[in-house]
Formats: sequence, structure tokens, C-alpha cells
Amino acid sequence: MKVAALFAASILAALVLAQVGGPYALRLGMTLAMDITLATSWNLVGGMAGYPSFATAAFFGVGAYAGALAQGAGWPLPLAWAAGGLAAGGVALAVGWVVLPLRGHYFAIASLAVVIVLRQLATNWTGLTGGGMGLNLPVMASSPEHQALVFYAGQAAVALLAVAVAAGVAAGRLGFALRCIKQNETAAGMLGLDSRRAKVAAFTLSATLVGPAGAIYASSVSYIEPGDVFDLVLTVEPIIMAMLGGVGTVAGPVLGAALFLVLEQTVWANFLSVHAAVLGAVVVTLAILLPDGVLGRLRRGRA
Amino acid sequence: MLSQVLVNGLILGGLYACVAAGFSLVWGVLNVINLVHGSLVVLGGYLAWLAWRYLGLHPVVALPAVALITAAVGALIQAALLNQVVGAPVLITLVVTFGLDLMLNNALLLGFGADYRTIRPAWSLGTAELGGLRVPLDRALAAGAALAMTGLLWLLLRRSWLGRAIVAVRMDGEAAALMGIRVRLVYVATFALGAGLAGAAGALLGLVFPISPLASEAYLGTAFTVCVLGGLGSVVGAAAGGIALGLIESLAGLYLGSQNASIASFVLLILLLAVRPDGLFGRKGFA
Repeated sequence: MKVAALFAASILAALVLAQVGGPYALRLGMTLAMDITLATSWNLVGGMAGYPSFATAAFFGVGAYAGALAQGAGWPLPLAWAAGGLAAGGVALAVGWVVLPLRGHYFAIASLAVVIVLRQLATNWTGLTGGGMGLNLPVMASSPEHQALVFYAGQAAVALLAVAVAAGVAAGRLGFALRCIKQNETAAGMLGLDSRRAKVAAFTLSATLVGPAGAIYASSVSYIEPGDVFDLVLTVEPIIMAMLGGVGTVAGPVLGAALFLVLEQTVWANFLSVHAAVLGAVVVTLAILLPDGVLGRLRRGRA
Repeated sequence: MLSQVLVNGLILGGLYACVAAGFSLVWGVLNVINLVHGSLVVLGGYLAWLAWRYLGLHPVVALPAVALITAAVGALIQAALLNQVVGAPVLITLVVTFGLDLMLNNALLLGFGADYRTIRPAWSLGTAELGGLRVPLDRALAAGAALAMTGLLWLLLRRSWLGRAIVAVRMDGEAAALMGIRVRLVYVATFALGAGLAGAAGALLGLVFPISPLASEAYLGTAFTVCVLGGLGSVVGAAAGGIALGLIESLAGLYLGSQNASIASFVLLILLLAVRPDGLFGRKGFA
């Protein structure tokens, strides 16, 4: 009940922002929505199943390139964005089948290697992606204000979808399976759970949500290059957001994404050259002092 | 052509062995994947560059000092931060070392800029011709020194009091503690050793490759791949895995083109893991 009310309130807030927000507010809203999508999707695998995935940037990059190529071929925006999701989901299905039997450190590094391999492929495959020179997207004819609204609406819709999917998964059979895997995968397997299938399903679902976020990002910046959309920061920030809010919960990543945006706007937007270092310091502090996130700390305080 | 590529591969492999030995030691003893390792290698490279640029020292001469400084940095990291999270879930230790890597790499980027630096020592050994094979002696010296450092670690683990303590903690931390070993202190020493070897490897790599903060990711990948190839936590495994990877990358460069060599090694890594989830010679229980 509480979740449904919160969800309705978020839709309302998103609509209000679309009506009254200026360009800056829409831009912030777009970033927040993208962060919510990435953190919520990571949480499906990293939080619910407890598999430390570093592959988010891989799906983001694939989505961005697929969306950009589809848009370049003249597809309408929503279709191009959906294509980004399908492409990322397809890659996740294939890659997940190979790397998800791995556990712990081995899985983490294999998922990190996936990002590096795909980035190298995008750099070397000049014929398709433009290589290191990057790829230009078609310029849109409409006014900048209208464009800001369109991209905001796209990211907000994807974010709402991602949260709805996460809530559905958490309440359903898949969520139960993932939580079993997190607690004791071997025991879950003994009881007849096909853990590989559950993990691959979560991984694919997560990528299918990240892909459109990447595609919309590509449309909104209208120029992408491998180092930009396969950036490892895209892999790490969602993890930080989820940890900030609370890993494994539905509301945690959303709350974490919002807190992260506040931090970003107030603290390290002012220190561009040491951005990565400040981010690193926040991460280290967080992991050592607040491993259960804000929600976990609140719950423990209440109990 | 092929035998020339094999010579280059062996040289590369000797250096890779040294990059991986410290990483493997830390992973085996602390059960921590040290994501700072690549940046520590680059730090060693820059220290060697500073020693060459301002003191005129050859990297091989500067090696002990470079290793000592990076070891001190490592000891500080372990004592101040990592000792708090040893034994925590994988996600926590990964995130902490990743955050540290962001900080160190950003510091290197600020201090030295993103452009490539090269070390050109005043004296060069030149190139030896061996039956039509060209052996670049400076690089061979670097590889030899790297293997010597790796051998030194092996000796230290077998023969010294500290080495025996490290091995004991690796086998069973609680039993080691009951025998009077101060486990936290051993952790600090282990991480310092790993960081020292990383720095040494970086100094020697400076003789072969240009130095840049951007290279840290590739060195980290190298260290991990070598561990998977050679088996975790054994110095001999790191040496064998390093040489194997050096040969594989050189051959991949010959047959697939040099720009695809790194893709080849990462794909190999993923496939190897898919077939042998605990590494090629890995033992269970270190995941």
C-alpha cells in the first residue's frame, strides 16, 4: 500500500516538474531519473541476488550505441530507445549465461572485463561505431526547450518502469529466488532452484532497463564516444547510490540516487579536477561507516 | 618472425609475473581483490621517472627506493583503511579498493597530467644479435630484474620469519592468531609487500612502455588474468602465468593485430573463467 502511494506520488511529481520546470530543473530531473534507473537496475543483480556486478557501463554503452545507430537510420525516438534496451538485453543474455556461474571476486572481475572488452570493440570497430572519433547523432529540428522536455520525459518514464519492475520482481517468484541465491546459493540449488536461470533473468532484465537510459543519454548529448558511454564511473556510481540508500530494497536505490544528486550538486560539482578523488573518498567512507545504507541505519535505529 | 615474437613475449611475461605476484599474494592472504594495484604500478613508474629526470638514476638503480616508497604507501592504506574491512562481504572490499583507486589515480593525473612520459636512461645496453634474433638488452634486463624480484618474494615467503607468518595466516588466520602471530600486523606487511612489488614492476615497465595514469586499468587486468592462468596465491604460479600471458599476448598481436591483443587476453580471461570458475589451477575456497 505504502509503496503504491509513494509510486503514485512520484508520477505526480514527475508530471508537475514537466509542467512547471525550467530548463535547469528539467536537466536535473533527467539526471535524477537516469540515476534512479541505473541504481535500481544494478540492485536487481547486485542487491537482491548479492552478485557484485560491475557491468552496468557495458549495458549503458551498448544501449547508447544501438540507440544512436537506430536513430541515425531514421527510426523515431521511442523506437530507437527501445532498440537500445533490446540490444543491451540481448548482450546481457549472452554474456550472463557465460559469467553468472562465477561467484564472488571472479564474477566481479569478469563483469568488469566485459566493460573493457566492449569499450575496446567500440573503439576498434570503426566502420560501425566511428571508433575513437565518436559518433554524431542526427540533430533534432525542435527547440532546445522542447528537446529538454522530451529527454526528461523519456528518462522519467524509464525510471518509473524500472522501479515498477523492481517492485514486481521483489514481490514475485524471481525476487524470492534471488534472495535465496543471496543467502545460500548451494542450498537453494539443492532445493531445486535453477539458480543460473534466475540470475540470467535478473541480469537480462537489469540490462534491458539500463539500455534505454543509455540510448536517451546518447540522444540528449547528440555525440558519443567509447570512453564516454563505457565509462567505469557509470558502473560505480549506481553501486554507490544503492549502498547510500540501502542495498537489496526497492526504495533504497531511489533514495540513494536522490541523495547522490544532492551531494553531486552541492559538493563536488565545485571541484571538477578532483571529482574522481572526492567520489572515491565518499565511496570509501560510505563502505566503511555505513555499509547498510541510510535505510538500513534507520531500521537498525528503530529496532 | 615467430621466434622473434616469442622472445618479445618472454620479456613481456617476466614483467607481467612481477605485476601479478604482489596482487596474487594480497588476494591469497587477505581474500581482497586489490583494485588499487594498477595505480600502484603506475605510481612506481612515475617514481622511477622522477628519479631518472631529476637524479639521473637508471630505473634498475632506483628500484629498491621505488619499491620501499610504494610499500610504505601500501602499509599506510592497509593500516588506516583496509584492516577495517578484511573479512567483510566481497562488495564492500571491492568498493573500498575501487574508491582508493579513484583517489590515487586522480592524484597521479593531477600531479603528472595525462600525457605519456618516457624514461631514456643515459646508458643503454643496446641490442644483441643471436642467430638472427634481436634481443633488446635493456628490456631483457628489465624482465630479468622483474623475475628476480618475484624470486625474492618466493625466498622471503619460504625462508624468513615474516614469510612463514604470512603463509600461516593465509592457511588459517585463527590458528595463526592462537600461535601468537599478530594477524593485523601480518596483513599490513602483506599489503606492503604487494604494493612494493607493484612499484618495482612499474619502475621496470617504465623501461619498456610509456608511463600514464590511463595504463592502470590494463595492469590490473593483467594481474587478474595472470592469477587465473597460474593459480591464486602461489608465487610460482604467478611467474608461470605471467610468462604464459606474455606469450599469448605477443602471439595474439602477431595473428590478430596489435590493437586486438588486449581484447584477446580479456576474452581469454572470461572464457577461461567460464570453463574453470576457480581459475586454471585454482583451489576452491578463495572465491
